[in-house]
Amino acid sequence: MKSVIELHDICRNFVVGDETVHALRNVSFSIAQGEFVTIMGTSGSGKSTLLNTLGCLDTPTSGEYYLDGVSVRSMSKNERAVLRNRKIGFVFQSYNLLAKTTAIENVELPLMYNASISSSERKSRAISSLNDVGLGDRLMHKSNQMSGGQMQRVAIARALVNNPAVILADEATGNLDTRTSYEILVLFQKLHKQGRSIIFVTHNPEIARYSSRNIILRDGRVKEDVINPTILSAQAALDALPLPADL
Amino acid sequence: MNGTNLLKIALRALSNNKLRAFLTMLGIIIGVASVITMLAIGQGSKKSIQEQIAEMGSNMIMISPGADMRGGVRQDASAMQTLKMEDFQTLQSEAKLISAISPSVNSGGQLIYGANNTPSTVYGVNSDYMKIRQLSIKDGDIFTDQDIKSSAKVCIIGKTVADNLFPDGSNPIGKVIRFNSIPFRVIGLLNSKGYNSMGMDQDDIVLAPYTTVMKRILAVTYLQGINASALTEDMTEKAVDEITTILRKNHKLKDSDDDDFNIRSQQELSSMLNSTTDLMTTLLACIAGISLVVGGIGIMNIMYVSVTERTREIGLRMSVGARGVDILSQFLIEAILISITGGIIGVLIGIGASFAVKFLAHWPIFIQPWSVLLSFLVCTITGIFFGWYPAKKAADLDPIEAIRYE
Repeated sequence: MKSVIELHDICRNFVVGDETVHALRNVSFSIAQGEFVTIMGTSGSGKSTLLNTLGCLDTPTSGEYYLDGVSVRSMSKNERAVLRNRKIGFVFQSYNLLAKTTAIENVELPLMYNASISSSERKSRAISSLNDVGLGDRLMHKSNQMSGGQMQRVAIARALVNNPAVILADEATGNLDTRTSYEILVLFQKLHKQGRSIIFVTHNPEIARYSSRNIILRDGRVKEDVINPTILSAQAALDALPLPADL
Repeated sequence: MNGTNLLKIALRALSNNKLRAFLTMLGIIIGVASVITMLAIGQGSKKSIQEQIAEMGSNMIMISPGADMRGGVRQDASAMQTLKMEDFQTLQSEAKLISAISPSVNSGGQLIYGANNTPSTVYGVNSDYMKIRQLSIKDGDIFTDQDIKSSAKVCIIGKTVADNLFPDGSNPIGKVIRFNSIPFRVIGLLNSKGYNSMGMDQDDIVLAPYTTVMKRILAVTYLQGINASALTEDMTEKAVDEITTILRKNHKLKDSDDDDFNIRSQQELSSMLNSTTDLMTTLLACIAGISLVVGGIGIMNIMYVSVTERTREIGLRMSVGARGVDILSQFLIEAILISITGGIIGVLIGIGASFAVKFLAHWPIFIQPWSVLLSFLVCTITGIFFGWYPAKKAADLDPIEAIRYE
């Protein structure tokens, strides 16, 4: 199968004062289309740096990175911005929705930076994206009128709206309670089933059981890279949870 | 990323922060409004002074005989005899840049009617003089060419003279008054002009045919002066040159000789007063300009805070694909929108305040279209200038740090 991400000997060094910190040391792996990969590691393991690199927010010091067949390393800041706009969907831990803005406008945001998309197409794509995440009835709700789970769904819809090559989730369930976390995981599994490539960075080992592959980082190196033979169903886990008292 | 989208994004961001946008605008509103009001007051007083000068006859040119030395004693100009009737006639027929010309001779003395008397001056002139001095007849008639030819003993009197000689308010027309011992029939009464800006009573005046004054009162053949009016105020200087040339030729002066006459125009007075009001206008505009700059700094200040406050929003926009230039444009457009909207409101308030000054304080105001355009332009430039730095700061943010900014 076609690989959406290919990393070859990625190194990323930071110079802090006189010292050089090696955040990533010769990281190589590739992710095929349709994989749901969790990237795990303790803090300081290089997780965030790897995520920034994968998300084209940062460029590696050495090594090659191909995103959907395009070499990212030699790209300028602006070229990377355009690449992010077309090929990557971000989901953040703290949602990062625009304040006092409707769901639909939040989802439209990435398309606003793509001049080739008309405003009517922008709107219809935002609506279909919101339908995909189960918020079709809350198009006009503003970000401050929504619960955490709903806000994260809007954020996922926003990540889907540009039909990206890969969805990058950074602790996407970190701010949510257990029940809502499972609901979001159900959504990710559904997207996985639809054939989307997902990279989910987390330090919660629980989540790795619902992904198709798990990469563990330690001290800037890949320590483990295993295919998950038995993917658990998030829906089943959700059903098994005790119902909230007020229902 | 196209312009429409950028405008939408900026409008959206502003409407999310209405109160702050308004407070930022306030500086610009006050700045622009005060610039417009101050300029309106400054221009208004300039205009009213210009009108006063025009009332005195702003194109007036006064020719007087040149001062001369006789045996080492400098003589009074009116005692000179260098201006003759021929000079007046030549100027009347040859000078092209003047619209009216009148000889001028005068004599002071006591006017008597019945038991009343008043000191005044009789001016010997022709009918053009009315036009030169912007005088007009309220009642009666002006003297005719026939009166001038026959040296008729007729006169036109000003309001002050009429009030003094006819305190009972009876109609002076047709009455015979005496100047020293010579009887004059009053044929006209002038409209009142009041005091001029020099404090002279312009109504204390008696006009008579110049021939009458020359022959019957003064018994002279030369003129004390010639008054003329240039075609327009702007042409005054050229008219003065033309008159100089004609008079020099008439007097057969060699190139090395000095003029034996003096020419004065209102130009100097007018330019002096203009420079005073211009100075005042500049001063007022400077003060107002400072408030506009303060308003601009207000924009910079708020935009700067806004960039810091919205760091995460900027980080998010960058992560979904906004380039540096997109962020820069967004913040710049926000600043320009604030300053233009503030500018429009400021213009309206400034015009309103100008009229308030006119009606409440009765100051003359004049709103020049260029002052509106100028302040509008200045506040747009202010917006760009002071919006640039915060916008640049936003565009230069590192998306990685911005997105996780707490």
